[in-house]
Amino acid sequence: MIEIDGLTKTYEATTVVDHVSLTIEKGEICVIVGTSGSGKTTLMRMINRLVEPTAGTVRIDGRDTRDRPAHQLRRQIGYAIQGHGLFPHRTVGQNIGTVPRLLGWEKPRIAARVDELLSLFQLDPALYRDRLPSELSGGQQQRVGVARALAAEPDILLMDEPFGALDPIIRSKAQDDLLAIQKRFGTTIVLVTHDMEEAITLGSKIAVMDKGKLLQYATPAEIIARPATDFVNQLIGTGDRPFRLLSLETVLDHVEPGEAAGDAIDASLSLRDAYAECLWSGRDAIPVEEAGQRIGRVTLSRLTALAARPQ
Amino acid sequence: MTPGAIVRLAILILLLAFLLAPQSFAPVFAPLTRFGAPPIYNQGSLLDITLSHLWITFLATLASTIVAVGLSILVTRPFGKEFLSLSRSLANVGQTFPPVAVLALAVPVLGFGTEPTLIALFLYGLLPIFENALTGLTNVPRDVDEAARGMGMTGWQRLVGVELPLALPVILSGIRVAAVISLATATIGSTVAARTLGEVIIAGLTTSNTAFVLQGGLIVGILAVLLSDALSALERLLARRAGLTRRAEA
Repeated sequence: MIEIDGLTKTYEATTVVDHVSLTIEKGEICVIVGTSGSGKTTLMRMINRLVEPTAGTVRIDGRDTRDRPAHQLRRQIGYAIQGHGLFPHRTVGQNIGTVPRLLGWEKPRIAARVDELLSLFQLDPALYRDRLPSELSGGQQQRVGVARALAAEPDILLMDEPFGALDPIIRSKAQDDLLAIQKRFGTTIVLVTHDMEEAITLGSKIAVMDKGKLLQYATPAEIIARPATDFVNQLIGTGDRPFRLLSLETVLDHVEPGEAAGDAIDASLSLRDAYAECLWSGRDAIPVEEAGQRIGRVTLSRLTALAARPQ
Repeated sequence: MTPGAIVRLAILILLLAFLLAPQSFAPVFAPLTRFGAPPIYNQGSLLDITLSHLWITFLATLASTIVAVGLSILVTRPFGKEFLSLSRSLANVGQTFPPVAVLALAVPVLGFGTEPTLIALFLYGLLPIFENALTGLTNVPRDVDEAARGMGMTGWQRLVGVELPLALPVILSGIRVAAVISLATATIGSTVAARTLGEVIIAGLTTSNTAFVLQGGLIVGILAVLLSDALSALERLLARRAGLTRRAEA
């Protein structure tokens, strides 16, 4: 659990982060979203003390982050950034093993962990372990960057626009991978982005920042249904609201018994995908299947009702 | 093997042959002498003088490297930032001071011999190495430095593990420039009795023996070209090791 309490950062006359308080529960994905200059990155960097707060405190599991040297704190917290920041002169394996080595792990343990993470990120260890970062594609570099952040099994992972440099297809794959890994390890993730779409896809909670202030801190559904200010509303984009709302739930949550004609869709897809399929194929209902078995259908009228503003 | 490498190897072999058996080259240089003067330098072993010349160059460049790299590390640490401009001016003074003037000033204090030459060359080598080391240490990619800090590396660990390895090719390029300048400038050390190839050139000038002048000049010139090439090759190797060349292309 991360408790941020009255956190403020001032550079001479300008206040970059202004009395922000929020609590991030264990195992949550908290996405901090805002425009550039909103203070979102500074807020995140104060958690691992890359930026020292002017006022306020950060407690991790009840413990003040200032009660130990900053470099020791940072070794306990995973950190992944846009453009990955891999060490160009070290191999993929050495890059991933950085924090374990700093923590003094035994060599065999580091090697085992490196191979485990490479496999987890679908990179064959035998093939990629000894390559230099420059020999990888952009998507692979980004995965190695996240693997490096996770190497020492941190409870908390901070990510600064980690997918910003990726093209849309690799990006959505990377987001899926992140969600899968988060589910598997139960890591608490704090992720900074300027992209509301990404925030809604990934976040279990979204913190909206503007001009150093925290405008709203709530679940994606709450933010879409009841934006606290006009600015939050703008970020969501009024034209996209119903679709963003639909994107939060899967077909499985709303499948109903019955038959429908045509090709089936998978139950793990989002309601938004189902809605798009209904409109595109001109059907009022589409069959739903799970693991190849038909389990029912989802109807256009139900989807339309779900897309309406919650009361 | 590239044609360039073959030419360099041939030149190196020729140089070694000349240093080991200078008399066998007498017919080549004889047309340059007059009145039966000796065509090959005869007041000492050319091999010994060349080795002494190289040794002085090496010592001076080594000292410049240690001091310049040390200074550049100090002024790029948070506590040394305010000394940045001061140390830059100091190194600049070292560069603008003519080596001859350093020799003239050092002789009364240190006497004749190798020491004044070493000091002049040392001062002369400081600036190129210092400037390059500064460039290398301050141009570590921002995201790399950020990641190193974010992962909990201490200042020392970042310096040794990230900054220096990434800056090494650029630092080496400064050392190459300093070494080549030093190699050429060492010749004037002979005016204050340092044992360098300048001795051969001066002997040639005072006796109007063009053959001597040419021998001293050629040896220094060839050494400078070979040294520069060798260090350049090392730079490229290090840059490749540091994963920098491909990064630049991409």
